[in-house]
Amino acid sequence: MLISPDDRLIFEKSRPGRKGSGLPETRCLKDSAAAKLPEKFRRKQDLVFPEVSEPEVIRHYVNLSRKNFSIDTHFYPLGSCTMKYNPKLNEWAAALESFSAVHPMQPEETTQGFLEVFYNLEEALKAMTGMDRFTLQPAAGAHGELTGMMLVHAYHESRGDTKRRKVIVPDSSHGTNPATAALLGYEVVTIRSNAQGRVDMAELRKNLDAETACLMLTNPNTLGLFEVDIQEITRLVHEVGALLYYDGANLNALLGVVRPGDMGFDIVHLNLHKTFSTPHGGGGPGAGPVGVKAYLVPFLPQPLVEKQGAQYRFVTENKASIGRIKSFFGNSGILLRAYTYILTLGRAGIIKISDDAILNANYLKEKLKHVFPVAVDEPCMHEFVLTLKKAKDKGIHAGDVGKRLLDYGFHAPTVHFPLVVEDALMIEPTESESRETLDRFVEAMKQIAREVEETPDLVRGAPWTLPIGRPDEVRAARNPVLTYRDVVREKEKVCREGAPIA
Amino acid sequence: MHYQPVTPEDKESMLQECGVAKLDDLLRGIPAKLFRPKLEMPEALSELEIQAFLRELGARNKTAQNMLSFLGGGSYDHFIPSAVSSITGRHEFYTAYTPYQPEASQGTLQAIFEFQSMIAELMGLDVSNASHYDGSTSLAEAALLALRQTGRRKILLSAAVHPHYREVLKTYLKGTLYTVEEFGFDGSGGYSREKFFDGLNEDIAGVIFQTPNFFGVLEDLEGIADAVHAVGALLILNVYPLSLGVVRSPGEWGADVAVGEGQSLGIPLQFGGPYLGLFATTRALVRRVPGRLAGLTEDNKGRRAFCLTLQAREQHIRREKAASNICTNQALCALAACVSMALLGKSGMKQVGELNRDRAVYLREKISELPGFKVDLNVPIFNEFVVGSAKPFTQIQSAMMAKGFFPGIGLGDFYEGRGHDFLVCVTETKTKEQLDRFVEALKQC
Repeated sequence: MLISPDDRLIFEKSRPGRKGSGLPETRCLKDSAAAKLPEKFRRKQDLVFPEVSEPEVIRHYVNLSRKNFSIDTHFYPLGSCTMKYNPKLNEWAAALESFSAVHPMQPEETTQGFLEVFYNLEEALKAMTGMDRFTLQPAAGAHGELTGMMLVHAYHESRGDTKRRKVIVPDSSHGTNPATAALLGYEVVTIRSNAQGRVDMAELRKNLDAETACLMLTNPNTLGLFEVDIQEITRLVHEVGALLYYDGANLNALLGVVRPGDMGFDIVHLNLHKTFSTPHGGGGPGAGPVGVKAYLVPFLPQPLVEKQGAQYRFVTENKASIGRIKSFFGNSGILLRAYTYILTLGRAGIIKISDDAILNANYLKEKLKHVFPVAVDEPCMHEFVLTLKKAKDKGIHAGDVGKRLLDYGFHAPTVHFPLVVEDALMIEPTESESRETLDRFVEAMKQIAREVEETPDLVRGAPWTLPIGRPDEVRAARNPVLTYRDVVREKEKVCREGAPIA
Repeated sequence: MHYQPVTPEDKESMLQECGVAKLDDLLRGIPAKLFRPKLEMPEALSELEIQAFLRELGARNKTAQNMLSFLGGGSYDHFIPSAVSSITGRHEFYTAYTPYQPEASQGTLQAIFEFQSMIAELMGLDVSNASHYDGSTSLAEAALLALRQTGRRKILLSAAVHPHYREVLKTYLKGTLYTVEEFGFDGSGGYSREKFFDGLNEDIAGVIFQTPNFFGVLEDLEGIADAVHAVGALLILNVYPLSLGVVRSPGEWGADVAVGEGQSLGIPLQFGGPYLGLFATTRALVRRVPGRLAGLTEDNKGRRAFCLTLQAREQHIRREKAASNICTNQALCALAACVSMALLGKSGMKQVGELNRDRAVYLREKISELPGFKVDLNVPIFNEFVVGSAKPFTQIQSAMMAKGFFPGIGLGDFYEGRGHDFLVCVTETKTKEQLDRFVEALKQC
């Protein structure tokens, strides 16, 4: 069997007396009593930690890794997530000791290499987005959104404009948009999309007023469609004194095509782990730089990097700054990877990213729209949405098709999102995939469409070929088992009370 | 472009399939005035050129490898076993997506589950989440939890908490109805009991301490949890995870929430990030925990299975009603911490704690013998302590850097009137000979 069926936790492989790392034995103090902590500050509680040797640790985690899909092993047509190839040169750069062993509190003159990376990265982000300045501090997209909404708040407040309590989001928006606005105490107003899945201009007009702080928008939207009325949207939002926020999750469609700054956005966040190829890492770390127009620069988090002569400096001179958003400067190691990627692509390569991403998405949409209906049948940008609503009478939903795709060796698309499409399958192939891969994916989808008609149980019960079948998520939530101690306790309970009645 | 497989021939035939002659025909909805802007940026370099260029840029950084560094202050130079990067470098881990499809992500999910188990264990608490951005944002989220849980509006914060963390918390609460009140510390660097009790009352949602605090002092928190709970508030402790093999855990102090910077657990310095926000709490508060949680369950055949759980707290389900807007964890950093803790194991966690304490106590004693420098030998420390100097720190720093040392962090940047004080950190990475050299160099300053 290729994938190890061993499902024990590392704790369950533990044997007293084993250890997995070599630390020095030598002590500096002659008197070992002096090294001992005063009684009050000493840990008394037993530490239930694994006792395992290095080869056991390595086999354990290497075997775990083999139970994962990943972009280096599988195609991820995952809408709005931009699962593109993660270049190995970026990893090489981040592993260089001359970058990885730099302490964040070193004097500036000893970190000039990193500061130059930050400075050059910011210049490139400005050029690609049409924004005037960036903070590189935010650690992720949602962290960037939070920073952005703080900027919105600071801006209005600086003008003595305190009545703006509403943030408008389209019903097709990412979940982080309303969650972020709510975190800052804004009332979230969700507006309906029109039949083409775009901002309904009448709805927008109806809701925009002097109490609106901001409109949060993704463009192209989550259906992969460009907001063709963007200039009118910008005009209306600015007319009532509100700001326009750009959720950069879908920027992979726009490089060299159109810039958020030119469209009239006041604030943007970018996801370097999407558009700029830094690895997703199984859920992080990412980076979410935030760019603004000139009039919002005074509010940016500090410090910012500036070039003075041949020297790079951190500056913290803005009195109106919202303050620090993270310790130190940001996810420097991720920023270095993104910068390396930009160096590799250069101006022409950057443009080719979006061109190929758009081409791949449209090609795939043309091929798939005869398999399952497409939500809005017109040319798309970097992604598109299929609807599975016709499979409903077979008891099959978008999620089931996603699970079945796993059996065919493809990661599931984003399922049941955006919420505006019934039983949505959201597909984003990215520029990293070859036509042959897309064709193989189309074949798998065709096969699944046949299964939906002929052998629906095969789809409803999928996946069949992975280390586990569908987990019982209800049970996981009802009786949360979140640690090894919980596992031990559950076992004892079973011993005491017998097996739980199903 | 060697990252993109589409050839000109592919492009032509694919466009044909799309029924258009050229790519821009697919983009007709974009206003002409905005379409195809000129990008002002450099053209591509080859991989060979980039390697040379980045090596050259890197040479403009000094590092903990080519200087003898005594810098700490929230980022620590610890030993990282080679096995850690060999696991985090597995493509199946670092190029995987968030484990929303559990059947295709058992590796990531089990590793997160083990990480949660170890962190909860270290903290002496019931549950840990799958991690946050970093220690400072974990602390801010802990404050938000306390504010929501109690329905109150004020946080009481020790001024001996890391200055960046205090700033981040204030940034998070700016513009909300919530406020932060700080209480001070005394001459030893430990918090002032008197000032703390002055600030504690029934308006307080949560009280935040750091131990060891920014000055390296292990705080005496005897009786604090009871006092905090008596007014109906929550006790939040910000701790140094690698110390917890030997240092009293947040659970043993009676904390409701423990947070910390997980960088010390196998993550390189890398100029401040990506790091790892730790977040642990009691079972009673589990449904208020921000961020991801991995849980154990069974699959449809009764096999052990892991999945993300209690997702009803999260933004992709709850939108504006979510417990937090967070949509990430530092999964790969959590994996590094998990592997690092597994390698250290039960005895290694204790041993590494003892080594840090051994070196710090030794160095502090040696410095106490130096004329022109002063340390407080009575405050309990883990691996960091304050040194007062007769000369301004900036002078000490220049002189020491010229000799190849980063002598520590000047307190003058963070606290008024402390321009002669600096924070010295010493970890297990230092040898006795190196410490003696450091002391000798200080002597000559």
